[in-house]
Parts: sequence; C-alpha cells; structure tokens
Amino acid sequence: MTINIAVCIKQVPNTNQVKIDKKTGTLIRKGIKTICNPDDKNAMEEALKLKDKYDDVKITVISMGPSQATEIIKEALAMGADRGILLSDRKFAGSDTLATSTILATALRKIQEKEGLDIIFCGRQAIDGDTAQVGPQIAQHLDLPIISYVQELKYLGEKVQVKRALENGYMQIEAQIPVVLTTISDLNKPRYPHMRRIFDVFGKNPVIPVETWTADDLPDLDNTQIGLNGSPTRVIKTYTPDRTFKGEILEGETAHVAHILIESLKQKQIL
Amino acid sequence: MDFSLTEQEIMVQKVMRDFTENEIEPIAAEIDETEEFPQKTLEKMQKLGISSLPLPKKYGGSGGNYLAYYLAIEEVAKKCATSSVVLAGSASLCGWPILTFGTEVQKEKYLRPIAEGKIAGGFALTEPGAGSDASMQRTVAELKGDHYIMNGSKCFITGAGVFDVFIIIAMTDKSKKTRGLSAFIVDANTPGFIIGKIENKMGIRGSATGELIFQDMKIPKENLLGKEGEGFHIAMKTLDGGRIAIAAQAVGIAQGAMDAAIQYIHERVQFGRKLKDFQGLQWYIAEMETEINAARNLYYHAAYLKEHGKPYSKESAMAKFFASKTAVFVTNKAVQLHGGYGYMKDYPVERMMRDAKITEIYEGTSEVQKMVIAAHTIKPKL
Ligand SMILES: Cc1cc2nc3c(=O)[nH]c(=O)nc-3n(C[C@H](O)[C@H](O)[C@H](O)COP(=O)(O)OP(=O)(O)OC[C@H]3O[C@@H](n4cnc5c(N)ncnc54)[C@H](O)[C@@H]3O)c2cc1C
Repeated sequence: MTINIAVCIKQVPNTNQVKIDKKTGTLIRKGIKTICNPDDKNAMEEALKLKDKYDDVKITVISMGPSQATEIIKEALAMGADRGILLSDRKFAGSDTLATSTILATALRKIQEKEGLDIIFCGRQAIDGDTAQVGPQIAQHLDLPIISYVQELKYLGEKVQVKRALENGYMQIEAQIPVVLTTISDLNKPRYPHMRRIFDVFGKNPVIPVETWTADDLPDLDNTQIGLNGSPTRVIKTYTPDRTFKGEILEGETAHVAHILIESLKQKQIL
Repeated sequence: MDFSLTEQEIMVQKVMRDFTENEIEPIAAEIDETEEFPQKTLEKMQKLGISSLPLPKKYGGSGGNYLAYYLAIEEVAKKCATSSVVLAGSASLCGWPILTFGTEVQKEKYLRPIAEGKIAGGFALTEPGAGSDASMQRTVAELKGDHYIMNGSKCFITGAGVFDVFIIIAMTDKSKKTRGLSAFIVDANTPGFIIGKIENKMGIRGSATGELIFQDMKIPKENLLGKEGEGFHIAMKTLDGGRIAIAAQAVGIAQGAMDAAIQYIHERVQFGRKLKDFQGLQWYIAEMETEINAARNLYYHAAYLKEHGKPYSKESAMAKFFASKTAVFVTNKAVQLHGGYGYMKDYPVERMMRDAKITEIYEGTSEVQKMVIAAHTIKPKL
C-alpha cells in the first residue's frame, strides 16, 4: 500500500543577508537571495528517508507563494519528491499564518480525499517570521494529531513514534497516522539533489512539471478566510532594537588583561 | 550571442557551491597535508551523479551537458584542486573515450559502472620516455590468440592505486609509429597490473599520482578500444576534451584565490587603511579579475563548441593555456596580497599557489598547447 506523504515548504529570504528598512519598518527584500526554509528541508529529508526505506512512498511537496516559489518546489523535486504543487493566487496575498494554514489545509484536504495522506510534514518554523504556527494550525484545520519539534522519527505502519525535542531533553510520543509532524534541524541532514534529477526537473521541458493551483482549484476555500482581509493578525512594525549597552575593550599585557577579565566576569556573576 | 547559463546549469552551480562548502572545503587543507586520496568525497560525488554529469542517461549517467560538468569542476576547484582532479578524471578521460569509441558491449561493461558511480576510471598515456612527445611509447601490446599481452610501464598516472579501470595506450605495431598505437580498457585488478611508486608532489597532493607497471598482463581482445592503430587518435581526442576540464579547474583555482584575497584585503589594515583602499593593490585586483573572466569565457566557448558538435581542439588548447597561466598568476598575486600570512599554511592561498602550477603541466604542457594552437592557426597554405 502506498504511503502518502505531503511536505509543506516555504520560500524565505536568506536571513543572513536581510536588513530592515528603518524608515518603513519592513524587510528589505530587494536583491536578497531566497532559499527554501531550512527546517522545511529537514521535513523533506525525513520524507525521503521513508521513501528510501519503503517501496511505495509518494511524496507531494506543496508551497504557497508567488510564482518564484516554483524554484524551491523544483529543488524539492530534484531532491526526490514525486509531485510538486504551487498554491498561487492574488487572493492569497497578504495572508497571515491563519489564512496561510487555511489555504494549505484546504489543498491538503483535496489531496487527502483523492489519494489519502498518511503524514504531513512541515518545518518547525520559517526563518522570516519565526512563528511556528502554520504546522499546528494545519493539524487543527484537518482535525489531525500534531507532534511538533520532531528530532527523531520511527514509522511503524499504523502509528509513528517520535522523540519531541524539549529545552533540556525530549519527550517520547506516539500518534496514530494520519499525523502532522513539524521538524527541526537535529532530525537529519538534508541531502543534495542528484544531478540527473536537476536535468529532469529544471529547464524548458521538465519531466516532472510543477502544478499550479489557484483559488479556483480549491472550491472549498472561503474567500473571507484568506488573503489580507481574512487575516486577523497584522504586522504593525518591524524594527531592530537599539543596542544600549557598549562593549569594553581591555588593553595591556595579556596576563593583566586576563586578570581584569576574570574579575569583571566574576562581578557580573558569569563566572 | 547568449552568454546566460540555463536554469539547469545555474542549479548545478548552486548545488555544487553548497556541496563544496560543506563537504569539500573542510577537508581541503588536511588532504593536502596528509596526501590522502579523498575517497569519501569521490564516493559522494559518484552517488550524486556529479562525476557522471555529462554521461548519457542511457548508460546510467546524469544526462547533463558538458558545460554543467565543467561548471561543477570549477566550483570544486575553488576550494580544493585535488578534489577537482578526482572529479575531472572519470567522465572526461575514461568515460568519454569509451562512450565515443567503444562497442556496445564495452559501454555496458565499463561505461555503465562509471556512469552509475560504482567505479572510477583513469587514463594512462605518459611514460618516462614519452611525455610531451607521446608518440615515443615503449609499452607494447602483442596479440596472442584471443588476448593481448602487455608489457611496459606508465608514469605520473592520476588515480594510480585508486581507480578501478584505465584507458592505456600501447604500441601494437612499432613499424607504423603513431599509427601503430592502440588504446585498451584495462581493469586495475588484472594479473600483471602492478602499482609502482606513488609520487610526493608539490600540489594536488591528495590526488594519488603514480607509476603503473605491466608484466605479461593479459588483456582480452575485446578490450581493445576502437581499432588497432587508433590509439594515438583516441588519446589526442580525449585530451582535447580533458583540456576544457583542466581549464575549468584552473579558473576555479584562480577564483578561489581571488575570493580569499578579496576577503583578506577587506580586513587587513596597514598605514591606517584597509589594504583594499590602496590603489596599487586595486590594480592587481583589476588585472586578476580581467584574466579570470577572459579565461572563463575561453573555456565556456570551447565547451559550447564541443556541445554543438563543432571542432574544438584549438579552442580547448587556448582555454587551457590561458586559464592555467591565469591560475598561476592569480594565485601568486593572492599570496602577495596576503603578505607573509599568505606564505603560511594557515591561509588557503599558500596551497592554491602550489596547486595552480599543475594546470600548466598535465594534459599537455603550456608549450604543447601552443604547438596545438599554432598548428591550427598557421595552416599549411591559405
Ligand atoms: C600530477 C600529475 C598528474 C598526471 N596525470 C597523468 C595522467 O593521469 N595520465 C597521463 O597519461 N599523464 C599524466 N601526467 C603526465 C603529464 O601529462 C606529463 O608530465 C606532461 O605531459 C609533460 O611530460 P613530461 O613530464 O615528460 O615533460 P617533458 O615532455 O619532458 O617536458 C619538459 C619541458 O620541455 C617542454 N617541451 C618538450 N617538448 C617541447 C617542444 N617540442 N617544444 C617546446 N617545449 C617542449 C615541455 O613543455 C616542458 O616544459 C601527470 C603529470 C603530473 C605531474
């Protein structure tokens, strides 16, 4: 029997390079390279590990975003996914996490009804918003169990056994499938795409083309629940906090400097 | 004229950049120091279809194009020249001649495992007495019934003791000189195939360069590549393509040194200013950048010709000649820009400068490239 897996991925700006426009309080996205959200790559890798292990696994990657997001879907296809779907429509623009998860869940339900879904993987959180909300919200919409912060996964047919990371340890949890899992970077090391698949997936005549679904493909979608108007939360301001503390530079003989350093660290009760 | 890379080529470049940064750069200094052949790296490149990038899917290759393959070599060479030689070997020096001159049986038996990344292959032409003048082959292969008996030796062979199969050039009919040379596909585990001295080198130190000795080595007749007497032609055609790979490697080495130098001059302060602000040094950067770009365009052009089925012997020789000169020049200047720090093994430019030199020597020295270029340019008569 086919194990059907969906992996939700998001295109994000490479935050190593992102700066905030002090005047408008928004991210300067111009000229910034975009990447597939790192945690989502771990989600993708975990799905692929199941595909390596079991004969009949079908992986569908799904992303909501502008047409440029096909880039990361192709990357996921090149890594080894079987099917790629981009959810893209003007009506989706401006969606907050709730509206986004509504759209994703509607698409996932459509897939689920047609061919079933055993596991839905999401990355824990996207590096541009850091909310970690979309995965759990999808589970809520679909009325499925969710295990977040997955650091180890065992697939046991009817159920999954998971190590869920905590701040200083982990929980061992089991859940029946279908289940939603959100993944962290400790889970695995994402693979590189195979060169052959790059030639299959990218270029003018791809062997596995990316499908695009618009709002019309999701008739169950309630237009009041999506896009800017369907979003109950708003980002009012983004800013870099002013650093009020100043560093101190110690100068002089090494031994002397080390001594002063130790003393002041003791004073601050760091040592 | 379209100078843009395809979506696929850009993706190959991007993946190779990631791969190089994570899997290759961390071991580059170490394998230079220990001379350890990067077997694990090779296996990773085989598993991901990097080493078989341009080989057809029909035989298990990645089905990519040659430029993509050269781009991959350039990316790897930016951080580790040794690893880029390892990558440049199999597909272009062993896979390509089998693909081009081999029988269907040979392709199934040797090209497929190379393309599928199960084995790696090398190319053995050079002998102690036959370097630039490759026609002076002493290795002899004599037909006896259904097999050849090979005797002789090769020197400076990349992958000696490591690669699984070699294309070996040997004399089958001395009276015919270069037309008496033939090419053979030989398993490295054939009885009589002996690994001789492994060299201690200036650069690309992890790449296992050594001597191959053949003692009454029995080679099945069906392992003759092409026809008897075609060996020299096969070798020269193979090197035509191999030279584009070496040009790409040279551009990579140069670019790697350039990147390191740019970073350094942003940091180092003398006379109260960053090095990057001295005009005398900016002029070095301008020269280096121009040469690198010119070299890159030369190899792109040669790759383009190869891919479009046009003659490219002259262009690949020009690309290698110019790119290797560039690699030597740029790495030297990169060390200069680092001052004394550049002379220390703590900085990668020290290794890059040693690595660069080989590109002026193997697969035909720069002098040999000039012979090829001149011969194509000065035609017998107009
Ligand atoms: C690290 C390394 C890896 C190698 N890997 C391989 C391999 O995998 N397979 C393989 O077959 N070979 C390999 N070689 C051999 C390499 O291709 C030869 O070293 C090269 O072709 C030069 O030959 P030579 O060393 O005999 O030098 P020589 O031919 O003796 O040349 C000495 C000098 O004289 C110059 N010279 C010679 N003839 C002329 C002329 N007519 N006019 C002007 N100048 C001339 C040369 O350019 C050079 O500067 C490798 C070499 C090295 C160092």
